[in-house]
Order: sequence, then structure tokens, then C-alpha cells
Amino acid sequence: MTELRYLAPNSLDEAIKAFAAAGSAGRILAGGTDLLVQMRAGVVKPGLIVDIKKIAEMTKIEETADGGFRVGAAVSGMALYDHVSFGKVWPGVLEAVNLIGSKQVQGRASAGGNLCNGSPAGDSVPAMVAAGAIVTVQGPDGRRELPVEQVPAGPGRTNLKPGEILISFTLPPRPKGSSDAYLRMIPRTEMDIAVVGLGVSLTLKDAICTAARVGLGAVAPTVLLVDAAAKALIGSKLDDAALNAAAAACSAACRPIDDKRGTIVYRTKVAGVLLKRTTAIAAQRAQGN
Amino acid sequence: MAKVHVTTTINGEPSEFLCEPNDTMLDALRGPLGLTGSKEGCASGDCGACSITVDDRLVCSCLMLAVESEGHQISTIEGMAKGDRLHPLQQKFLEMAALQCGICTSGMLVASDALLKRNSNPSEEEVRFWLAGNLCRCTGYDKIVRAVMETAADMRATN
Repeated sequence: MTELRYLAPNSLDEAIKAFAAAGSAGRILAGGTDLLVQMRAGVVKPGLIVDIKKIAEMTKIEETADGGFRVGAAVSGMALYDHVSFGKVWPGVLEAVNLIGSKQVQGRASAGGNLCNGSPAGDSVPAMVAAGAIVTVQGPDGRRELPVEQVPAGPGRTNLKPGEILISFTLPPRPKGSSDAYLRMIPRTEMDIAVVGLGVSLTLKDAICTAARVGLGAVAPTVLLVDAAAKALIGSKLDDAALNAAAAACSAACRPIDDKRGTIVYRTKVAGVLLKRTTAIAAQRAQGN
Repeated sequence: MAKVHVTTTINGEPSEFLCEPNDTMLDALRGPLGLTGSKEGCASGDCGACSITVDDRLVCSCLMLAVESEGHQISTIEGMAKGDRLHPLQQKFLEMAALQCGICTSGMLVASDALLKRNSNPSEEEVRFWLAGNLCRCTGYDKIVRAVMETAADMRATN
């Protein structure tokens, strides 16, 4: 049996060096709410755990100079909830993060872990995709940025290169009349995995939708950015015709599996229903902004 | 496997212990630290019986490595009563029979305490959502929720 080593470096450079050297035996620990379960189940047997929570950048929430937000990859859902202004600007992202597990899980689980775990049903991911978040990653070859929707590669897999660590999400500044929302369909009221999850971020000007992004989860191998649904909303007054077209675009984008949580037919239909409901919530919030 | 030496604070007292790198905080509490009030129900973060706080943040101790407690403030059910004087939540759970077999009780108490520290006047809905990560197979939850609501009311009246 390989001996497990635990490392909690203070610097990103040290973390990357150790993580890259460990190769496939290395695992990043943020909240650990997926990793520890996988270790106990014997699904992963890491030789090195790199705890990133002592690296200042990883646990920081800061407003950027242009009025956006930068959220460290290891910021817990509860820390995001406790931030003075994040939830006012990005209520949809916050409600998505705070649907992950119980309060106990939210005390540790992070949006970064949710993304890197690679589940198609991760709740924070469609909301981050809708928000237009850009992620910063760093590896042995340096730092790069990419749109959040380009991170997932399939169930349990990401497009991060060997040795690369997710550092933060950068959310853009919000024009007047903007807001977002996230809804997921689960058969219970709490503590379940999304059958469908959908995030909408939009901007309204004189009752016309001038910008929109739609993120759709749990209906394909990766979370999807549904451009066709956004196009149907943009330029409209979010009237029935536009909502029906956007809902149809979401259903058309679905490539779901049949499983105990929902059938292909059901998930495909619910994707359209959620588009309408989520858009209505985002629009109502945007009117007040 | 080489044991790791961890220095932390548990229920306000400086504390040291040795553990394996893959031991959970719950393993350390129930093993070398001898604090068996935190229970292992599911060991996968679903049941909340192992609830503790870390720097006042409610977490499942089964989903945390023991080595991660280095330098942090850990609070467990053992720190809730002050000597012989029970915490108001503990007293109310007894008075209102908000427990049966008791396995979930320490987690329920730790989680409820964390709620009341953040929100002294929670609605019933807020209590139920907050405790959604604490499973009880005996009581049907009603007595637990009522005990938390009544404790909150009592504590507001005395403060």
C-alpha cells in the first residue's frame, strides 16, 4: 500500500510543485465533501493530498476593480452566504451553491470542488456558466484563464492539464437591470441530486432583455451553455413566444441518461419548464436592480 | 504509516494528538481524544450525527481529515454543558422528550446551537431546513423542531 502524505502549503507555487510531482496519485483537498467520501468508498486512493485552504488566494472573496467578484476556489458555501454583498449581486449563484448538501456540507464544500468533481449534476456549475464566470487555473506551465463551461470534460473528468489547480472564479461586473436565478428539480424538498438544474442570468432595459446566458445541468455528460435559449430571450420582452422558443432550445440541447432519478423524456421536458420558471425569477429580481 | 502530530483547540482547551494522515476528525475525536459524544452514523456526510463546529462553522467531522484541525478551534457536544449546568437546548430536549434512541441527539444539539448563534428567532421552516442534514429515525422530527423553537423563545426572553 502506498503511504498517504498530507500537505497544507501556504504558497501556490509549493502546492503546484508538489501536486505536479505526485502525478495521478495527487488529489486536491478543498472542502473534502466529495474526496473523503470517495476515499472511504475506495474509489480513489491518493498518495498525496494537497490541502489548498492555507493559500490566501483560495479562500478569499474580493470585489474586482471593475465591480465584479473574484471567488477563491476553496471558499465554502457558508462563507459565500455570509459575505456582505455577494448574494445581492449574484443571488442565483449563491442559491445554487447553497443547494449543495446540508448546512454541514455547505460549511466546507466549495464551488471549486463542485466544478472539479466533474459531476454533470453539480448545482453551482449551471449558475456559474449562466453568470459567465471565468476560472483562473495555474500549473507547472503557468497561469491561464478559461470560461467555466470549458472545464468539465465528462462525468468525473475536467479539461485541466496535469498539475493544474483551479484557483478562482471571476464574475463580471453587473450592468443596471441585471440579475440571475437557479432552480433545480428534485423529487424531495432538500438534500438531493438534481434531476435537472438550470441557471439564468439576464439584463433588462426598458423591459427588453438585452443580454442573457443559460446554463443547464444534469441532462448531458457535462453542464451545457445553451446559446440558442439565450438568443431566443435576447431582444424579447420575455413574452410567451420567446419563453417557449427558449424552453424548446433547452429541451433540444438535452442528451440525458435514464436512471432512477428521472427518465430521458422527463428530464427533457423539465429542462424547458425550468427555463421558464428560472427566467421569471431572474427577470423579477432584475427589475429591482 | 507515519503518524502525524496535530496541535489544536478542542472545546476551548489546547489539545494535541497523533493520527494517520487519512484519519477523519471523527476518528480522532472518538479514538485518541476519547470524545465519543460525536457519533458515526453514515460516515459519508449524510446523517449529521458527527456534527461539530470548526471556527464556529458547522461541519460533519466524518468529512474532515483530523490533520486539518491543526491550528483551528474545534467544538463538540462535550463542550456544550457548562459543568453540571446543561445548555438550554439540552435541557429543553430532555423536558420535551425530543429524543428516543439518542444516536442523532448530539448532532442535533450541535447543529441547533449553531443555528441559534446565527439566528435567535428562526421560523419553523428555517429550523427544518437547517436540520435537514441531521437524520433521526425515531422521533419524526416534530419534537426536535418544537424544542429548538421553544429554546429560541426562552433564550430571547432571558437575553
